[in-house]
Amino acid sequence: MLLQNWQVKLEKIFIPLAALIFSLFIFGIFCAAAGANPFEVYGSIYKAAFGSWYSFQNTLIRAAPLMLSSLCTALPAQLGLIIIGNEGALVIGGLAAVAMGLAIATLPPFAVQSAMAIASIIAGGLWIMAVGALRYYRGVNETISSLLLNYIAIAILNELVGGPMRDPSSLNKPSSYPILDINMLGNLPGTRIHYGLIYGIIACLIAYFLIQRTTFGFAVRTVGGNIRAAKIAGLPVGKLTLIICFLAGSCAGLAGMAEVAAVHGRANESLNSNYGYSGILVAFIARHNPLAAVLVSILLGGILASGGILQRSHNLPDATVLVFQGIVFLVILYSESLYGRLPFFKPSFRQQASKNLTTQV
Amino acid sequence: MSTNRSSYLNRRKVIRGILTITAFGVTSKLWTGCTPTAQQNPTNSPNSTGTNSPGGTTKPIVMGFIYVGPKDDFGYNQAHAEGKEGVAKIAGVKTVEEANVPETIAVQETMRNMINQDGVNILFPTSFGYFDPHIIKVAQEYPEVQFLHCGGLYEEGKHPKNIGSYFGYIDEAQYIAGIIAAHTSKTGKLGFVAAKPIPQLLRNVNSFTLGARTIKPNITTQVIFTGDWSLPVKEAEATNSMIDQGVDVITCHVDSPKVIMETAEKRGIFCSGYHTNQAKLAPKGYLTGAEWDWTSVYSKYAQMISEEKTLMNGGILHVVRGGLKEGFCKLSNYGPAVSEAAKKDAEATKAKFMDGSMVIYKGELKDNTGKVILPAGKEYKQQDIELEKMNWLVEGVTGSITS
Repeated sequence: MLLQNWQVKLEKIFIPLAALIFSLFIFGIFCAAAGANPFEVYGSIYKAAFGSWYSFQNTLIRAAPLMLSSLCTALPAQLGLIIIGNEGALVIGGLAAVAMGLAIATLPPFAVQSAMAIASIIAGGLWIMAVGALRYYRGVNETISSLLLNYIAIAILNELVGGPMRDPSSLNKPSSYPILDINMLGNLPGTRIHYGLIYGIIACLIAYFLIQRTTFGFAVRTVGGNIRAAKIAGLPVGKLTLIICFLAGSCAGLAGMAEVAAVHGRANESLNSNYGYSGILVAFIARHNPLAAVLVSILLGGILASGGILQRSHNLPDATVLVFQGIVFLVILYSESLYGRLPFFKPSFRQQASKNLTTQV
Repeated sequence: MSTNRSSYLNRRKVIRGILTITAFGVTSKLWTGCTPTAQQNPTNSPNSTGTNSPGGTTKPIVMGFIYVGPKDDFGYNQAHAEGKEGVAKIAGVKTVEEANVPETIAVQETMRNMINQDGVNILFPTSFGYFDPHIIKVAQEYPEVQFLHCGGLYEEGKHPKNIGSYFGYIDEAQYIAGIIAAHTSKTGKLGFVAAKPIPQLLRNVNSFTLGARTIKPNITTQVIFTGDWSLPVKEAEATNSMIDQGVDVITCHVDSPKVIMETAEKRGIFCSGYHTNQAKLAPKGYLTGAEWDWTSVYSKYAQMISEEKTLMNGGILHVVRGGLKEGFCKLSNYGPAVSEAAKKDAEATKAKFMDGSMVIYKGELKDNTGKVILPAGKEYKQQDIELEKMNWLVEGVTGSITS
């Protein structure tokens, strides 16, 4: 029994690692074709992403928003819903945070920050909850509706910062009025990393605990496994759908709040910068496991952080980092089909599993 | 549980398939997109430290350029990248560059890395949206590094002293492009594909139209706003719909005019470029274009810095602006369709810009709702701050800012 678990765990570590090494190999061929020495490129990537505390901060800075936004896809996936409205919820969360930050600017900073966070959580949550409600009550495909809601959210952002919320002094880049400096979220002491990273890690931990260790999570997974069986068992499917969608949206909304309150200080078109779409990628690579999402976000952050050095030191084109990202994720996604098929992990696992099954019955 | 799982897996397989195909599509497309740039020669020529840099300084000049999009977009970013190529040829100047840097915290990291890893001491973050809060924040961290931003947002007393800004009156070139467009147009309808109704852009639309109306007083410019800086599909749609309405000369102000020029050429009408030279994309219909001349601007900065002038010691002005005369912008070489009469008028106007006697905005000037913007006898010179708050379209422009 122990041995069996051990092998399953080893498989779970071995396959992603092998996939990563294989993708580095393919990327090396690409670099060689583009005229750079692959081994020097590997060295640079490592140095730029993980080599020192200075560069690791760069990785973490880029990873922070991805953790939160990936939960927007990972949580509903437990229910069997494919939601890709991360970008929209992030934008709406950011807008709500700015609106709140401007409305009560004179209160003590901690109160303002908390209010901004709560506003973004509620706004983002309601945004995705609408998707869940459409799905449950009207049978609207949640993937399509959440995708379309992204465009609506971006249009609302552009309309508000170009009209009612516009700071008249922002002539050539329409923006909202800025949040007061004292109300901004600072950096973690002694680093360049803002508090969004802490939010992300905590949210991922809570999500994992909620899904894997609570009866609520068990109910959600049951609905995801077989919705009809769950209904017969008397689970409140509609309620679960709405709650999970709300939680998912609130995570992305909080990412939006961290963006405006820690980075931009105001709402404008820069809020819509593809963190949401990258979050979808992270959730799928992490197989919708919130803890894995933390690691995958850091991996993706590292890849993004190394993009600059590839251009500056190796004269590779600016799209190289996207090629690298594409190769890594393609190989990792394909490697999923290898689970349970590699001979090294297979025989004892299968035999023992069937034995256990028969003895139990 | 096992049966449930397999049905779940089926759904997941479909999604996975879609994702992989998309990812593959993206990767392979980028692959082909990269090849031309990959061939480019390394431009960070080994810096021979100390050997005869122009002003005899010992500290090497290392310039870092940051672009928001790809370097080969036939537009805004390519114009800056060409400027960087130009300045890299100057002895004693070393350059590094990074493209596709979004206007997020990512650009702050890029600036820090350029300073710490490449020893950059003059930064040119070229996108308008890099300024607030990104440049301001990093400039406070590195007071000895000079930050020069394209867009002219610097305010004395409010922003750190090591920030400067530069911008050009490219509407002067658009004015001349308007003259040529009016000479060429047979239908009397010009088209302008625009991104967002911001002052900088409206000024180009208005100058283009005013230039055209000096030749044909009844000519009109149809303007369509797409809503964002890079929306190739909408830009193509806008171009096509204007051509269907009888527009026969088209110009634009978007980040990459590529698709507009190509569509115009395909439909057999004339076009006028923007940002950089797009003659290659429309060999028959390309008339001229309003181009930036960043090589000249960046070379002047390099010259000043080599003479040990800095923003901090007051040697370099914090806000630098200029038009045709100061070498901030230029016109593309005239295309084959430009008539002799058009060339003559264009050159005459250009000469007036060069000697400083030309004023584009002078009374009496009405907007396209009939309201008088500028009474007779008054004028706005290029430097006038009123022009930077422009929120009207001149008489002759069809379209409205709010739509």
